[in-house]
Amino acid sequence: MAEDKKKKKLSMVVFSGDLDKLMGAFIIAVSAAASNMEVTMFFTFWGFRALKKEDVKTGKSFMGKIMGLFESGGIDKANPSKYSMGGIGRKMFKKMMASKNVASLSDLRQMAIDMGAKLYPCQMSKDVLEIPDEALIDEAEKTVGAGFFVEQAANSDFTLFI
Amino acid sequence: MPEKIDTEMALDLKGLSCPVPMVKVSQNIKKIQEGKILKAVTSDPGSLADIPSWAKSTGNEIIRIDKAKEEFTFYIKRTA
Repeated sequence: MAEDKKKKKLSMVVFSGDLDKLMGAFIIAVSAAASNMEVTMFFTFWGFRALKKEDVKTGKSFMGKIMGLFESGGIDKANPSKYSMGGIGRKMFKKMMASKNVASLSDLRQMAIDMGAKLYPCQMSKDVLEIPDEALIDEAEKTVGAGFFVEQAANSDFTLFI
Repeated sequence: MPEKIDTEMALDLKGLSCPVPMVKVSQNIKKIQEGKILKAVTSDPGSLADIPSWAKSTGNEIIRIDKAKEEFTFYIKRTA
């Protein structure tokens, strides 16, 4: 394959902040990057959890602060979409995945970053959830809007909404 | 007895699960020259589908897959 041949591309909206769905998103992102594809991930709403640092408070207004409390923590605090059971489900899932030698969610995110996937925060969600710049991981790209994602998606070979 | 294949690098990827074996293959094949062969041993049955698909996407060539019980050996020629 010639080096100058245009790379295939995957664009993804990551809407969910659930442990299992984020696993799916990052596993596909890593696989696409390994398969020599360009990968764009657009994080919105609950998906922001995947771009947040672990111990940073978010929220400015009264309600924003309450939301920040409910949504506190980074990627390691993600709960599964089923059997969350107030955090017990997360521990069970992590244990089961570790026993099967499945890479952890934060490892998968690091792998995706190292392999060149681009992680974009959504401006609107960032404003609504009152997430300051300093709450985002250093590897996050500049904040963008839906127009940016649409343009990226239109020039992609496949797109996903997770 | 299958024919012996000259390999440039060998990876032990046993015990690792999707998508890590494929990722390791994709990262390490870049370290050998074109035309040379990478040997990779996995235990994840999913890799039997994943690594050939990866080869197709990236334009590399699977020379042979030896399947034993819970151990799969891939010989992959770097052609891209």
